[in-house]
Amino acid sequence: MEQMYNFAFFDEASKREIRRAIFKGIAIPGYQVPFASREMPIGRGWGTGGLQVTLAIIGADDVLKVIDQGCDESVNAVNIKKLVAATTDVEVTEDTGEATIIQSRHRIPEQPLTEDQILVLQVPTPEPLRDFEPSEAKTRVLHAEADYTGAWLGLFDQIVKFGSTTTGADHPCLVNGRYVMAPSPIPRFDTLKLNDSDNLTILGAGREKKIYAVPPHTRVEPLDFEDYPFRVESFEGRACRLCGATDVYLDEFVDEATGKTVYQCNDTAWCAKRRAEKGGE
Amino acid sequence: MGYVAVRGGGLAIEESLKLLEYQRARSGVTLEPDTIRRAFPDAIDQVMGESSLYAPDLAALALKQARGSIEEAVFLLRAFRSTLERPYVSCTVDTSKMRVDRRISAAFKDIPGGQVLGATRDYSHRLIDFDFARETPEAQRERAAELAQHFGVEESVFDGKASPEVAEAGGLYPKVLDYLRAEGILPTCENDDTEPVDVTMGALEFPCARSARLQTLSRGMTQAVEAFGYAAIRGYGPSHPTVGELRHGMAEVCVDVPGVEACDAEDAYYLGSIPLTEVESVFEVETEEAGVTTLSFEIGYGLVMGGAETKAIAMSVLDHCLDLGDARYPTQDEEFVLYHVDGVEAQGFISHLKLPHYVTFQSKLDTVRTARSHEGDAGCAANDAACAEAGAERAAAEALVDEKER
Amino acid sequence: MSAMAVAAKAAKTTGTPGAAEEASCLSVSHLSLKFGKGCPACLGPNAKLERNVCPVCGTVHAVRDVSLEVYPGEIIGIVGESGSGKSSLMKCIYFDQQATSGDVRALPYDGGAENILTASPQQKRHIRNSVFGMVYQNPYLGLRMDFSSLSNIAEQMIAAGDRTVSHMCERGYYLLDKVNIPARRAKDAPALFSGGMQQRVQIAKALSNNPPILLLDEVTTGLDLSVQASVLDLILRIRRDFNVSMLVVSHDLGVIRMLADRTFVMLDGQVIEHGLTDQILEDPQHAYTQQLVYSLL
Repeated sequence: MEQMYNFAFFDEASKREIRRAIFKGIAIPGYQVPFASREMPIGRGWGTGGLQVTLAIIGADDVLKVIDQGCDESVNAVNIKKLVAATTDVEVTEDTGEATIIQSRHRIPEQPLTEDQILVLQVPTPEPLRDFEPSEAKTRVLHAEADYTGAWLGLFDQIVKFGSTTTGADHPCLVNGRYVMAPSPIPRFDTLKLNDSDNLTILGAGREKKIYAVPPHTRVEPLDFEDYPFRVESFEGRACRLCGATDVYLDEFVDEATGKTVYQCNDTAWCAKRRAEKGGE
Repeated sequence: MGYVAVRGGGLAIEESLKLLEYQRARSGVTLEPDTIRRAFPDAIDQVMGESSLYAPDLAALALKQARGSIEEAVFLLRAFRSTLERPYVSCTVDTSKMRVDRRISAAFKDIPGGQVLGATRDYSHRLIDFDFARETPEAQRERAAELAQHFGVEESVFDGKASPEVAEAGGLYPKVLDYLRAEGILPTCENDDTEPVDVTMGALEFPCARSARLQTLSRGMTQAVEAFGYAAIRGYGPSHPTVGELRHGMAEVCVDVPGVEACDAEDAYYLGSIPLTEVESVFEVETEEAGVTTLSFEIGYGLVMGGAETKAIAMSVLDHCLDLGDARYPTQDEEFVLYHVDGVEAQGFISHLKLPHYVTFQSKLDTVRTARSHEGDAGCAANDAACAEAGAERAAAEALVDEKER
Repeated sequence: MSAMAVAAKAAKTTGTPGAAEEASCLSVSHLSLKFGKGCPACLGPNAKLERNVCPVCGTVHAVRDVSLEVYPGEIIGIVGESGSGKSSLMKCIYFDQQATSGDVRALPYDGGAENILTASPQQKRHIRNSVFGMVYQNPYLGLRMDFSSLSNIAEQMIAAGDRTVSHMCERGYYLLDKVNIPARRAKDAPALFSGGMQQRVQIAKALSNNPPILLLDEVTTGLDLSVQASVLDLILRIRRDFNVSMLVVSHDLGVIRMLADRTFVMLDGQVIEHGLTDQILEDPQHAYTQQLVYSLL
């Protein structure tokens, strides 16, 4: 069936149009660029935004890595990787260092990315002010006027009620001192990796038809208060039971045999690499 | 344990797809897409309408692949549509030149050209016809020949050469609303020649152009458009229409000769005809002119591919609702209606909840633990107490000064 | 401000310029708001309207050429029946409604240099956050009902750039104390409060950034008499404690009598009479004002 489709699924005009939106996003860091999001062969909400970005920028020489929940083998990651590979024939990899394009949902890899790599994040809800203001017409005005009181107020109210902010993943960030951005549902632990990074990050929201970007070496500051600074998830005193890593985002689960809570690297490729290196020593 | 089960995803997917394929293959039936197209024209119409792509053979193939799921077939066709270049834009389709095989008006008994009931289930009894269970091909052909004779038409069984819809094409009829306009009951309106927005070539922007609104409704999920339209006429955005005219038939689609941009009927290339249902509904509204309240009429417009009449009427209701735009009613809120009628988007976002959310949930766990932790509580309480005390102290000090002044 | 000082200022506004004339805090000149295009019959100086509607083109002239000055620490009352344009005037000043024409200057903003009606959206937001405090008749317009009372008070402080939770909480508790809401209710959402309490939270919120000018729109309408009295008392205390100027809109001459130093009477979009409140009450000149005053007695 695939031979019926063009390289990277889209017709070239569609790819050009998406690339134009990406360029605009890079030129205005954190600004949500509306684009003609296409219907894709995978479900809306299943990463069609990230997929469209990947398909629009991928070339025959690229090496692709796709992860979901930190894992290359997660069902949706496999599914997306299969589709891109089938329509492009590009090389795929699980090694973060080898990839030129990394599409991800909910995580940024533990291995620091370089200036030769592009991170593509899948975004379900690109509008950081949506909880505060349901109308798109109104949130666009709030962005235009840089009126982010709503985003701060939400955090303030959480502190008043619960003693700390209660955002889980997707903690809003101020990009380049101008636009408040939803970093996609990456954990707070990963949010700091967006700041002054060497790599380009492109965020795509297919259903909501928005593309935005964080160019290399851009300031990305999570919203916080002077006396309630931004706090990442704490794994203090815990280590990966497989590779022993302590400064990574950990998955928590119950060992069925012992009934004890144990921890393991969420980034499976990182964990495997560490173990391979240890084994090789 | 769930957290580690994500490994082996690739294999799991392969096996899952094989199981699905096995379920399809073991049915023991191989339906030709052409059979589907002939036997289920209404399903084909719905798939093409919601996909905004006129491609009956592909719609039939999609329905076959989707095992009869309309939602899934629309999904397939929409994804295919994304890969198509769009080298031409058609000339304006003139529905007054439709070959009409059915047209009714609920507003007037006697309309110029007369009411044409055409083929409709409206007055059928919804009784399951058990004879269909035993119908043989011969019996069906006989029945067709008998009815062809009755209607005085030559062709009794569709021969597969012309498209089945063309075979049914009817005559030209004047539009009912033109009659109302000539009578002065409806205000005349000028043609709006603004270049229409193509909602598949850009994100919706609000306030929405009417062309974007109409396209979004026309390609909206049939049941969603009907449900919102129903809510509007039932009370959530009171808007009760009279169907001025509902017409079904074939409309010509032409494109300009390259280099000539007049869409002159003589010069334009005829591409083919597509089946359409058009509804123009009339709504009674109160208007105020020079401080005097009077009653007048307004129009709601519905146009859908194929014979989705209920959807077309619901669309005309919503078109009028969105003209009114009263913020009290969800059916009159453009963002509420237009963002949520799309079937592929609704299906996708709801079903994405099946995807793993381990990372975000882990983050949420951390948040809840922090908020509940002793440290969190104490910090919060201590801070509160300090703030409350400082605030109250200042207020009290001021009160004391007041006392002294008095 | 003493009654004499008020009288002195009033004298200045009525046309006795003094050498040391105090600059007005808020100055409104020739403000108009109309709905409709207007026509030669209603746009000229001698327009003949039916109430505030043009009989020829149907244009509604909600506010017609209103001018007034508010001095520091002064309370100005605007009284009139519903549809007189008093609330529309207030909304135009607070930018809830776009005035058709006119000039409004706010001394605390830029020394009165620019017409704030033509300011950019960002500047207008800044003015709304720091120059004005607004209290609506309907607390749903002024409060976020599902956010805590402390958050409601913090909102404008956040908008003005405050990023310290403890500072905003302290200010919140202080203001809630000022409006007699106990600290234990501070984290409750106003949705859980009675009408009188909601109004008091609104007042506390309006005061969050210490604005020099408070705008009060029918703040006691719909409240029980005893609650009304406590809210009015609160407003007077606030004027004393914070030395703010106020523009008070009410249909109730009783409220105006209790609060306002000077009063403007509006009818059909126009100011038909203005002066010291006592003067208006004792010696109303316009037939409509006379009717209002006599109905009060």
